[in-house]
Amino acid sequence: MAQSRIRNFSIIAHIDHGKSTLADRILQLTKTVSDRDMREQVLDSMDLERERGITIKAQAVRVLFRAADERIYELNLIDTPGHVDFTYEVSRSLAACEGALLVVDAAQGIEAQTLANAYLAIESNLEIVPVVNKIDLPSADPDAVAAEVADLVGGSAADVIRISAKTGEGVEAVLQAVVDHIPAPAGDPAAAARALIFDSAYDQYRGVLAFVRVVDGSFHPRERLAAMAQGTRFDVEELGFFSPGMRVAKHLSAGEVGYIVTGLKDVSQLRVGDTLTHAKGAATVPLPGYQDVKPMVFAGLFPTESDQYPELRDALEKLKLNDAALSYEPETSRALGFGFRCGFLGLLHMDVVRERLEREYELDLLVTAPNVAYRVQRADGEWIEVHNPAQMPESDILGTEEPYVRASIIAPKDYVGTVMELNQDRRGTFHNMEYLSEQRVQLIYDLPLAEIVLDYYDQLKSRTRGYASFDYELLGFREGKVVKVDVLLAGELVDSLSLITHSDNAYKQGKALVEALRERIPRQMFEVAIQAAIGSRVIARETVKAKRKDVTAKCYGGDISRKRKLLEKQKKGKKRMKQVGNVEVPQEAFLAVLEINREKA
Amino acid sequence: MSVEHLYLHVPFCAHRCGYCDFVTVTGQDDLRERYVEALVRELERADVRPRTVFIGGGTPSLLSDDLLRRLLGALPPAGEVTIECNPETITPDKARVLIEGGVTRVSVGAQSFQPHLLTTLERRCRPDHVVNAVSVLRSAGHSNLNLDLIFGVPGQTADDLEADLETALGLAPQHISYYELEAKPGTRFTHAHGAELVRQADAMEAYYERVVGTLRAAGFRWYETANFCRGDQMAEHNLGYWLGHDYLGLGVGAVSTVGLRRWRNRPSLARYLAAVEAGLEPPAEHEPLTAVDRGLERVMLGLRLDRPLELDAAAGLIDAGAAGRLERSGMLGRDEGSIWLTDRGRFVADDVVATLVR
Repeated sequence: MAQSRIRNFSIIAHIDHGKSTLADRILQLTKTVSDRDMREQVLDSMDLERERGITIKAQAVRVLFRAADERIYELNLIDTPGHVDFTYEVSRSLAACEGALLVVDAAQGIEAQTLANAYLAIESNLEIVPVVNKIDLPSADPDAVAAEVADLVGGSAADVIRISAKTGEGVEAVLQAVVDHIPAPAGDPAAAARALIFDSAYDQYRGVLAFVRVVDGSFHPRERLAAMAQGTRFDVEELGFFSPGMRVAKHLSAGEVGYIVTGLKDVSQLRVGDTLTHAKGAATVPLPGYQDVKPMVFAGLFPTESDQYPELRDALEKLKLNDAALSYEPETSRALGFGFRCGFLGLLHMDVVRERLEREYELDLLVTAPNVAYRVQRADGEWIEVHNPAQMPESDILGTEEPYVRASIIAPKDYVGTVMELNQDRRGTFHNMEYLSEQRVQLIYDLPLAEIVLDYYDQLKSRTRGYASFDYELLGFREGKVVKVDVLLAGELVDSLSLITHSDNAYKQGKALVEALRERIPRQMFEVAIQAAIGSRVIARETVKAKRKDVTAKCYGGDISRKRKLLEKQKKGKKRMKQVGNVEVPQEAFLAVLEINREKA
Repeated sequence: MSVEHLYLHVPFCAHRCGYCDFVTVTGQDDLRERYVEALVRELERADVRPRTVFIGGGTPSLLSDDLLRRLLGALPPAGEVTIECNPETITPDKARVLIEGGVTRVSVGAQSFQPHLLTTLERRCRPDHVVNAVSVLRSAGHSNLNLDLIFGVPGQTADDLEADLETALGLAPQHISYYELEAKPGTRFTHAHGAELVRQADAMEAYYERVVGTLRAAGFRWYETANFCRGDQMAEHNLGYWLGHDYLGLGVGAVSTVGLRRWRNRPSLARYLAAVEAGLEPPAEHEPLTAVDRGLERVMLGLRLDRPLELDAAAGLIDAGAAGRLERSGMLGRDEGSIWLTDRGRFVADDVVATLVR
């Protein structure tokens, strides 16, 4: 199709504001899915092409729409990842689009996440089509919400489309607006071919599938392609698009969105963000991909069942395929066994990876407390980077540095005081303050990354009732005195509970940690001392008292079966615990570090 | 059938106590005679020669003297015949019926000697009933008496516990069963007193140690988790359960275990009577057991006793590493062929066993 009749767009919406329902209506209205096959959240629930053994989720779906000018337009709806507050992943999808629908709930109004993603889209030069959804709700206030949205994206409230994705009212107007307002792609069909890989998936029979947005030229089956950054070469086994099932095509041309079956078996050979071109007659300049991001937050991931280690390794390898920011290396812990030290962009990224591993790969995981990367100068003068408390030299440290970020917080003006207080608490340095409008203020602070990886975001949200949005960029390393705090259970060092922290926070965190552990470690047959220590100096101690009685009083002929079942249950409960020396530690205790709430400490 | 231990269940009670989870029947007094006849029929059909008989309930002593005479007369001869009695039901005549009927051991459900605790437990008996029952039983020639007592009753103070122990010892029984009150979820009792029990949990923590300490100091042997005896006057019948012997249970709700078969008679009195009177097996729920199940039970029950458990009985079920750790932490003793729990270990036996078995 001519580029002038192609439109590529995403839907940006806060969770529960109706993204999936709107997608359903679009598929139905354009007859992409027949009324007979229609069911709720069709894109999320579809097992694609079962007969061909491929069960991956469509990352982009093509619909054909007859617009007011009676011409047929090809619209590609590109899915943004479910985790809408995850900027990095959202930006990937946005890079394949020229526009985005900004969908806001008519009863709820704009939420913090909506703001962040809308700004992201605006910064990516996308055309925004504002939509107010759920106007059928009794509590809806479309006029007020439309005014809010107009204030955010510019333009007048009258231009905001009012719809009910549930009833279908206004959905056609949305598609017409996509055609009218979102620019057509503007690549060069005659130039050397270039396509951006914006997502990928792995299928055990067909290998790596790349989701691409073709910018220039065109691609055909059997052509030999090259990934420009990585240099990987492969032959196109098949290409096509989703509508919403997999449709094989003869070509993918400039402006189009689709998939390419690469036949590659090794997931690490193709990276999201890379540019595909022809092996012969290759383009010379790659597309602006995504910034090569460097993990800054590290945590250990351990399978709760040690026999799941190989599965965890395979799963990480597959995730890494479409998540260049994820890094991992094997790690061994005395308490937790074999696992991986993984690097993430931030805490949200960590949550996403963990959730995907648990949900998509059905792994049961223990995640240790996250820490940032530190730089440590050893006695010999050499600087080393420390990603793991275990790597921290025991003594003779000449200097330490920690990563800093420049954080931008946007909040309604009434919350400025509380936001400033939070930043001061977190060792922040004030940089700038600016009124974006009469109501909204942007604050710029320099903060140690370590101060935001634990619960900064939660704190910010709760202090501003969810109205603050927050983003940051890395500034690099700056001097900071950090120490390693160890935890001992009944005198045994529990390596996976160690943490590195700024010395100003060590006492407070050590105390909070042993308290959190005391709450989570059940009473045992004997007393358990929980200590936090810096080197050999104990800085906090709690005790779990020994239990004095744990035995069923009555046990006669009629009680034996029940008693045996209780024993089996108790046994099963023990199996879920980790043995540290003589102490049985429930897995949630290892998460205690995650939940040290500094406000409570 | 060859079993060494025979249990008879008599479900009738004057009142169902809130904490009770046994199969009991209140009212329906007209059914008592039919029930005793049904038990007698079952006894005839079972044709067993047990070493021990235990008549439990419910309240077996609630049966009229005639019915008790009928039931006891139908029993096969046995070395130990125990019957459970509520103190307020004991009369000189009843005591005589029991001794003439071959009862060798009477278990008296005292529970507590503190009126306010008896009220909480919804017991009808008063403290002097127990004193009276013991003296009536002794006068009739009963020389082997057990007192059933409960600790951990909502509202029970440490002084209440001391007083109960003192009174119980003053009655000089041969045997004492001292149970912690178990407030089972969903019972009327837990509904009424659960919150209070949680509130008192810390205060009551030491009660069990106190019970064991006091009774031992008074010369009792702590031979099973909740059971104490003078000399070696153990409850032979119950010892059979703890040593993993087979047993046959007759009557509603009664459980039998023979080899790898276990069955529990259904609790409905009407259905039980109808089946037995029609010459049929009473309706029962069957639970197949594996050798591993019985092995586990052997370990779990055997370690309740103050004697070593032969490892042969637990072949392959013991985790040697765990046993070593438990030994080092003072919970378990070991020699070449057997293991046993230390005093400390016996207080937390459920945890020890769950740690010990594979």
